Amino acid sequence: MYKNLLKWSLLLSVVVALCLSAASYAQLTTNQQQEWLTSPAASSHVGNITGAAKAAALPYRRYCVGCHGPLGDGNGENAQWINPKPRDFQLGIFKCRSTPTGTLPTDQDLYDSIGRGLDRSNMPSWNALTKQERADLVAWIKHFSPRWQNEKAGTPIQIPAEPEVTADRVKAGQEVFRKMECWKCHGVQGMANGPSAATLSDDLGRPISPFNFTDGSRPLCGNTDTDIYKIFMTGLDGTPMPSFADNIKPEEAWDLVFYLRSLQPHNAFNAKEKQIANQLGLKPVNPNAPAQ
Amino acid sequence: MRMWAQSHLCQQPQQVRSVLAAAFALIFLILGSSRSASALPAFARKYGLRCSACHESWPALNNFGLKFRDNGYQLMNDRDAPIWQNPGYWPVTFRITPIWHRVSSLQQVDVYTAGNPLPTSSTAARITSSGFDLSGLDFHTGGTLEKNISFYVLPSSDPTAAFHFESVMARLDNIGNSPWFNIKVGRFELNNLLSEKRILTLTANGGVYQTYHFIPVGDGNIYGQMGDNQFGMEYVGHSLDDRTRISAALLSSNDGNVNLVTGGNNYSGFFTFDQGVDFGKLGVSRFGMYAFVGQAATYYRTTGGTPTTPGAPIPGSGIDNKGFSRVGFTGQFYFGPHFDVNVVTQHGEDNAWFGQGYGNPIAPSNGSSTASCTSPVPPPGCTLDNIPGVSVLPMGSRSPTWNGYLVEARYVYSPQLIFLTRFEAERMSQQATPGTPLNLGNVTNYVIGYRYNPFMTSRAGFAYHGEFNLFHQDGTGPINALGNTTSINTSELLFGVDFDF
Repeated sequence: MYKNLLKWSLLLSVVVALCLSAASYAQLTTNQQQEWLTSPAASSHVGNITGAAKAAALPYRRYCVGCHGPLGDGNGENAQWINPKPRDFQLGIFKCRSTPTGTLPTDQDLYDSIGRGLDRSNMPSWNALTKQERADLVAWIKHFSPRWQNEKAGTPIQIPAEPEVTADRVKAGQEVFRKMECWKCHGVQGMANGPSAATLSDDLGRPISPFNFTDGSRPLCGNTDTDIYKIFMTGLDGTPMPSFADNIKPEEAWDLVFYLRSLQPHNAFNAKEKQIANQLGLKPVNPNAPAQ
Repeated sequence: MRMWAQSHLCQQPQQVRSVLAAAFALIFLILGSSRSASALPAFARKYGLRCSACHESWPALNNFGLKFRDNGYQLMNDRDAPIWQNPGYWPVTFRITPIWHRVSSLQQVDVYTAGNPLPTSSTAARITSSGFDLSGLDFHTGGTLEKNISFYVLPSSDPTAAFHFESVMARLDNIGNSPWFNIKVGRFELNNLLSEKRILTLTANGGVYQTYHFIPVGDGNIYGQMGDNQFGMEYVGHSLDDRTRISAALLSSNDGNVNLVTGGNNYSGFFTFDQGVDFGKLGVSRFGMYAFVGQAATYYRTTGGTPTTPGAPIPGSGIDNKGFSRVGFTGQFYFGPHFDVNVVTQHGEDNAWFGQGYGNPIAPSNGSSTASCTSPVPPPGCTLDNIPGVSVLPMGSRSPTWNGYLVEARYVYSPQLIFLTRFEAERMSQQATPGTPLNLGNVTNYVIGYRYNPFMTSRAGFAYHGEFNLFHQDGTGPINALGNTTSINTSELLFGVDFDF
């Protein structure tokens, strides 16, 4: 009797657990998602890793669904508490890209965003996940938007080699900052307090703040000089930050990188720029000064 | 949080128990359809991540959770400092588990004869009891005081609400902006890759890792217990992606007890290293080693003693330190997102003085004056005070040594449902006293269970928990009618609702 009771109890508990679990799992595998899983865009390619969307169903549910929602529309249960709001994958619009404005990011771009995280947001770095898991998640994310079935990712922009930092370049960068009217949003000292700062909103009409170069924040899409360069030349799609690829030359973009580095507090990347700025005694840009 | 076995005689008829079990199952089915709970666990509430982001199944950590913990409960973005939180945010979570459990074990039972109100003898008899019960209550509070300054405080109670501080620690993180330099001070969870503080099982014998607590029969050393939180200072370093982890802790040899009642002036070291390897679709598997080496006192100065009564040990007066060590291998092997196996091996050794029962002063000092403790093989819990010039080791005494093995397999059906099974074996390789049966005290432990979370949000944790445990220890059970010492054979069945808010 004793053994029978144990066996009966164990069997019953397992059956109960399986029934409840099956009901829960059914919520994930809707017809719509099954359709996504069989679409041609159900893969990603990052280096020599091929990601499979189907393999990411569980990781997405484990790590991402709370913010991005089961349908990838950015309406997870936490979205209401988060600012900035989680990305709506259904729109297929991404800030951090190596591709021209208006185009889809590459798989590598999405992979990098997952691994790096997005500073000044609730999106952490997921580099503790395996490379395969991240590649699978890229494939999964792509399923949420029909754009990937109709368009190809943009071609990454060409980035010339980073030149040597010089005083002339830092000064030239300041002039680009003035001429391109970056100060209108970012402020004359880069403190995110330009005259337009309070009026900015993203494509969905949600208020958005410009980047403050002086408070120690890390740039959204990476903190290397190349990452900052890419922001000017690709823009942050979905935000008021445009691409300046048609307005400034590559060498001017590098000048601007060096000048913006000089506005940042001391960090691991800007020792030379800060030294030059101090030697030059750079003052905040004068919006009314004549062009040099 | 582990449950404690009850040992009163179950007098209910078998039929009644079956009906109760059926009713219990029905209750679970009904509860299974409810989704009403919603709450704010401390870290999930702060960062807006679901429990499953950090936990394979709460409280066991996955790789992302391990990295989060190693970074001092920080995601390492600019939202880590508490200034980003609503002023009303208070990082507190409580956890408690109402349960139904059934315990069956051999116990020493008095035997009565007709007409005699006093027992005439005793024997070994199986006692089975069951009923609804409660775990203790944990209040977890932890997080950041400022960027890169973390804390964790865990007042914890037993089922009667008698509280103690299970964990109290502050941590300086990423010193010099390097993940390789982190310092922790206080009473804290040891940096075990497979931590008992994150165990997924709850029964008395299945809710602990036997390998982390094993001591030979009659051994007086309570200080090498890796499953207990310990007092000390710990250095932890890890790579940016947390694949490589090292730690070194300087600990007081007092097994986490306050006020130095179990010693003073003696220290231990706990050292770990583990390396994660990305095996692609299989996942990240980890391989590691650990060593717990130290010394602890075997003699305590006493006070209040007379020529006829022993004195009480003076806290912190422990001297005549003797050594002990626990060294082993740990591995976490992932075979895809659904299946993983955790392995721990251990070789343990205590100094011969510990092996003869000297050590723990929580037991009465000068216990050598009691008859039971002068027997060739002192029973568990009997500890002796090594009095210089008086105490002498029995002829041939030697250091007890043993080997432990732990294998835990987990099947993760989904982030909300996990099944697990664990097998542990502790085997003596040398007894302290020659002639003692080599298998005396050997432990074999088996547990199987599941945890099912009917919902998964960043607001609360709630799991239906089911578990069955079998525990066996050679030669330490009650004495049977023939005068032979039996082995301990205990089984436990537990169902509960484990929730935190």
